[in-house]
This record gives sequence, structure tokens and C-alpha cells, in this order.
Amino acid sequence: MIPALFFYLFAGICIASALMVIASRNPVHSVLYLILAFVNAAGLFLLLGAEFLAMILVVVYVGAVAVLFLFVVMMLDVDFAELREGFLQYLPVGALVGVIFLAEILLVVGAATIGGGGPRVVVAPIPTDVSNTEAIGLVLYTKYLYFFQAAGVILLVAMIGAIVLTLRHRTGVKRQNIAEQVARTPETAIEVRKVKSGQGLEV
Amino acid sequence: MAEIWTSYLWPLIIMVAQSLLLMVILLVAIAYVLYADRKIWAAVQIRRGPNVVGPWGLFQSFADLLKFVLKEPVIPAGANKGVFLLAPFVTCVLSLAAWAVIPVHPGWVIADINVGILYIFAISSLSVYGIIMGGWASNSKYPFLAALRSAAQMVSYEVSIGFVIITVLLCVGSLNLSAIVEAQNGPYGVFNWYWLPLLPMFVIFFVSALAETNRPPFDLVEAESELVAGFMVEYGSTPYMMFMLGEYVAIATMCAMGTILFLGGWLPPAPFAPFTWVPGVIWFTLKCLFMFFLFAMAKAIVPRYRYDQLMRLGWKVFLPISLAMVVIVAGVLQFAGWAPK
Repeated sequence: MIPALFFYLFAGICIASALMVIASRNPVHSVLYLILAFVNAAGLFLLLGAEFLAMILVVVYVGAVAVLFLFVVMMLDVDFAELREGFLQYLPVGALVGVIFLAEILLVVGAATIGGGGPRVVVAPIPTDVSNTEAIGLVLYTKYLYFFQAAGVILLVAMIGAIVLTLRHRTGVKRQNIAEQVARTPETAIEVRKVKSGQGLEV
Repeated sequence: MAEIWTSYLWPLIIMVAQSLLLMVILLVAIAYVLYADRKIWAAVQIRRGPNVVGPWGLFQSFADLLKFVLKEPVIPAGANKGVFLLAPFVTCVLSLAAWAVIPVHPGWVIADINVGILYIFAISSLSVYGIIMGGWASNSKYPFLAALRSAAQMVSYEVSIGFVIITVLLCVGSLNLSAIVEAQNGPYGVFNWYWLPLLPMFVIFFVSALAETNRPPFDLVEAESELVAGFMVEYGSTPYMMFMLGEYVAIATMCAMGTILFLGGWLPPAPFAPFTWVPGVIWFTLKCLFMFFLFAMAKAIVPRYRYDQLMRLGWKVFLPISLAMVVIVAGVLQFAGWAPK
């Protein structure tokens, strides 16, 4: 009874906040609602017994990705009126994507509940005697090693791409070289000279 | 009905009672930790620190609490009211929530979950939201700049804390906090704890914890010389107090985390008679206080970092070192056959 109660709580808040993401007028509020939706999705994962995935969802999406979202949305000076203008124009495309997505989910979930097929045919059965973190590790680094590494390579390429896009070598800019600064000694940095009174020093 | 009582309601009551007990003890401890912070800072600067309220100023924190609560909360006219008031709550609640999984004694923990360390890591990565929300909702330039700074700072240092945690986990073979403490139990007492074999990671963890909790020398979020008082400029009275409280609870969490990961949690420093008579919770508290003393001394002694130096330290020094240490520790464990089963 209690898990069902929590399921409806998490699922309800998740759907309501997802609705508010597209309904709220302020983009920063939208991102905050998105974060709420992420956290509740993590709660749903917990109810399924996937505690490792739940925590990773919070660390990666809420703790890092959504922070960057919030960063960008706060920095950009978004004109709300202009944003609303194109709403009707984009509505058909959005509706099409939504309908396709809904149909796919119905096919997958429907096949599972009606025919007993679909996602219930598990390729690697979940072992019950180890914790869920261990279970993921056991298949991720053995059976799916190549996929895992391929995903890693794709992310690495994306990261290098982002760095290359933003890297600019400007000439004529004074840069700080920490190693050079640390290597300075009194001998190389200071020059001691006797100043005779009334004469001064030429630089 | 009886079944609901025994399986749901009674455990719920016990859990609420435990949480209340933990929170009361924690908050009283925080009041004195704050006092200790000010006293240590004063002692380094050859001042006396708070010494008026109560004997030796012992009730100073409670006087401050009353002062904050009795003041009028002022909300700026241009502020986004809902988010403005939500931000201190987020900071405060999140930092308290982390204590749900921290074991202070064998078996003395509210939720002994399998992914305890990940839970703390997740909660501490959420704490940046309190600052961003407060800075943005104030609708003022200094808080906004401070919020942007802090977001970048906390995300950067989380990376190195994550790698530090991974090296410890490699040695333990479990994400459970009690298991991490138990793995440091051994015949040599204090030399069995992970601070010795993982000394570089302990140093990185300590410095990253300073940056993660916005403590001096990394308090660029507040930086009163350039940003007035950072993201808290527009806050006063109770909301300000909640930010302050959240910050100190987060510091206490980091001290507890350092104690569990590197200083052997509740384990006595030597595994024989006079030391084993002292209960584990005392050792845990003493170690936390030691960690906090280091935090306070760093605040008193080290001058504030410049922002670009802070970013350089995080990304160009700590990230490569901790990444290399993950590889080295994993390699040593594998080839020496010390890897946990």
C-alpha cells in the first residue's frame, strides 16, 4: 500500500512539474520545474529498486546538466513575447513528435502487458543475491564492455569537439605562467643598487 | 489494522524520533561549532572573540539565533518572491538531509542504505541550487555574479571529490558508509585508516571540501571586498540565518565525510584496551572536531584565492592528479591482489 502511495506521489508531482516546464512563463521557473521532475523521476527509480540509477540520475542530471541549463537560461536575456509568437507555428511539429513518442511508448508497454513480450524478455537476468550497483557492474564491464567503451569514446569526441570549438589563441595577450612565477628566485627577481643621495637612478 | 500499525506506523514513529534526536543534537553541536570557529579565528588574530553572552560567551550562538528570528524579513521589491524565499529552505533542508545516512557508531544510522556515499554526493551536488536560486531571485547584480561564480566553483570541485570517493571505494568494494568504516579496521589502528595509504587523496579531499562548502580561502561566493557579501546581500533575518545554518551543516557533513572516508569513522585510534573502552560515537565526534579545527585554521591562516587561480587549481591540478590516482590505485589493487572481493 505504502509503495503505491509513494508511486502516485512521485508520478503525480513528476507529471505536474513536467507540465509546468512548458506552461510557466518564466524560463528560469521552467528549468526549476524540470529539476523537480528529475528528482521525482529519481524517486520512481528508487521505488523500482534501482537505487544506483536513481542516485546517478540526481548526480549527473540534477547536479551537473541542469545547473548548466540554469546557467544559460539565467545569462540569456530571453524575450518572452517573441518566444510566444512562434508557438502556433511550431505546434504541428511538436504535436507530431509527441504523437510518435506516445505511439512508441504504447507499443512497447502495450506489448509487455498484453503479450508478455517486449521488455520482459530480459537479455541479462537481474541477479537477486547481489546489490544493484554490483549487478550493473557485472554486466556493464563484461557483457556490454564494447558498448560501454563506445559510449565513452563518443563522449570523449564530443568533449574534444566542444573544446576545439571554443579554443581561441589570441596573440598579444599577456598570460600568466605559474611555473615561471614559482621558479623566480631573489637572484632573478630583485636587483639591489646603491643610490647616491641627490643623484637618483636611471631605469 | 494491527498489521498496518506494526509494519508501517511504528517504524515511521521510530524513524521520526531518531531524526528529531539527530537533528537536535546536530543543531546544538552546530551552535558550538560556530562559536568554536569564531574563537579559533580570534585566537589566531590575538583577539578574544565572543565573550559577552554567558560564561566565556558560550551562549553567543543562541543570542544570534534570537536576534535573527526576531528581526523583520525584508523582501526586495524587484525580487522573485517565491524563489527568493525557497532558496534558504533548499540550502537548509538539503544539508540536513545528508545526515540521514551518516553512521556515527556501529549501527547508529537512520538509513543504512547500500548507496550511502552516492547519496551524500548527490545531496551535496544539489546544494548549489540554494545559492543559484538565491542569487538569481534577488534580482540584483552582486548576488547574481556571486551565484554564477559559486555554481562554476561547486561543479568544478565536485569532479575532484567524485574521483577521491572513487579511489576510496576501490579499496573498500562497497558504497555503504558503515562498510567503508569497517574496511579500515585493522591491527595497526590509526595506521590502518585510509589517510595514510591515500594521503594525496586526503589532501585533495580536504581542499576540495573547503571549496565545495565555500569556506575561506575559497569563499569567492561571498568575497566581501569585491561582491559586498555575495549571493546573500539581499537577505536578512530568518532567511539569512537559514543560509548560514545550511552552510555550517554542510561543513559538518564534509567533516563527517572526511572522518568516514579517511579517518576510520567510529574506530578507536589503537585497537587495545584503554582506547576500545571509549564508545565509537565519542571517537567519531572527536575526529569530526579535528577535521573542523583544520577547516577553521585554514580560514584563519590562508588568504583568499583569486578566482582564476581557483579554477586553475580545480581543473588543471586536482583533476589530473585525482584521475591519475584512480588509475594507480586500481592498478596497485589489481596487481598486488589486494582488490576487495
